[in-house]
Amino acid sequence: MEYILIIISAIFVNNILLSQFLGICPFLGVSNKLNTAVGMSGAVCFVITLATVVTYLINQYVLVPFGLTFLQTISFILVIAALVQMVEIVLKKISPSLYQALGIFLPLITTNCAVLGVAINVVSKEFSFGGEAHMLNLGEATVYALATALGYGLAMCLFAGIREHLSMNDVPKPFKGLPIALITAGIMAMAFLGFSGIV
Amino acid sequence: MREDQTMSKFSLITKGLVKENPVFVLVLGMCPTLATTTSAMNGLMMGLATTFVLILSNIVISLIAPRVPDKVRIPVYIVVIATFVTVLQLLMQAYLPSVYETLGLFIPLIVVNCIVLGRAEAFANKNTMGDSALDGIGIGLGFTLALTVIGLVREILGSGSIFGLKFIEGDGILAFVMAPGAFIALGYLMVLFNKFVAKK
Repeated sequence: MEYILIIISAIFVNNILLSQFLGICPFLGVSNKLNTAVGMSGAVCFVITLATVVTYLINQYVLVPFGLTFLQTISFILVIAALVQMVEIVLKKISPSLYQALGIFLPLITTNCAVLGVAINVVSKEFSFGGEAHMLNLGEATVYALATALGYGLAMCLFAGIREHLSMNDVPKPFKGLPIALITAGIMAMAFLGFSGIV
Repeated sequence: MREDQTMSKFSLITKGLVKENPVFVLVLGMCPTLATTTSAMNGLMMGLATTFVLILSNIVISLIAPRVPDKVRIPVYIVVIATFVTVLQLLMQAYLPSVYETLGLFIPLIVVNCIVLGRAEAFANKNTMGDSALDGIGIGLGFTLALTVIGLVREILGSGSIFGLKFIEGDGILAFVMAPGAFIALGYLMVLFNKFVAKK
């Protein structure tokens, strides 16, 4: 039951893009076309989940026992950078076609604040899903990361779909490009606000 | 000649305010821009925190850049930036705990702010230390200015106050201090900027 609550809360209620504002750069940058948006969200999903598990373990078994938690930021970003590099190498070997499709997006994920944001959130914040507030254990952290990443993909793909249509419309000149995209995102965020109160 | 140089030094600082404004023109660092501007004070604090990291990382990167092999430069820059962010985190926890609490996650996330890495890559690694410091100040002030303006607009509309001083009774248009208001306020401010400042 709690896992279901975590999933609903992470995808809809606290959507990472539309209510936590993490990972906005690629959200605005690569959401012009639906298929690039799908590729980007796939890559991000993969890296967020993997990075959260690895950084969770590092925090639990290396940083906390040795009293090095002040090194969180610096060690997490290095782990994420190394992980992205590794994913790139493995993917190149195993599935060249997927590697081709994700191509340019993979290295960019290192500087996507959604990855670092989720990793830091999971180890430093207390969450409450219906019950008492508590720190997440490894299983919950993994589910939370995966669900958050799915929420990222959902918002990104919806937004890309809208923008594809938007590009065919006659938009007043000062609104062209980013401003109208931001206002659209605002209206989407308002729609997602309707989910608050479910969990 | 002399005057020319002082002019160009001066323009290093002023260009970040309008011509190369990191938020309205370059559209970098959107995450903290949207997330922390619930009030003018929060925006100002976030801007100053980023400026602190930006100036120091620009100075250090401009000094070490000639010695860093090209292939590993991005990881090296990220480590330098992350170090200063950690310094900032410890300083804020010690001296400004309430501000640190409000800005929360977005202080450690300065590490992945594209403005900081962008300036390292585009300016600091091929200019002198002095110029890089000035560039850091200029871009940092531009970012701070943009965040404060957005924060001010959202605070006036959302809670009816300016820098915490209330001028109406009760609540404002609550949507503006919540998530949708961030996108909408920034969108309309960009429209105004395009129309009247950039004259597009």
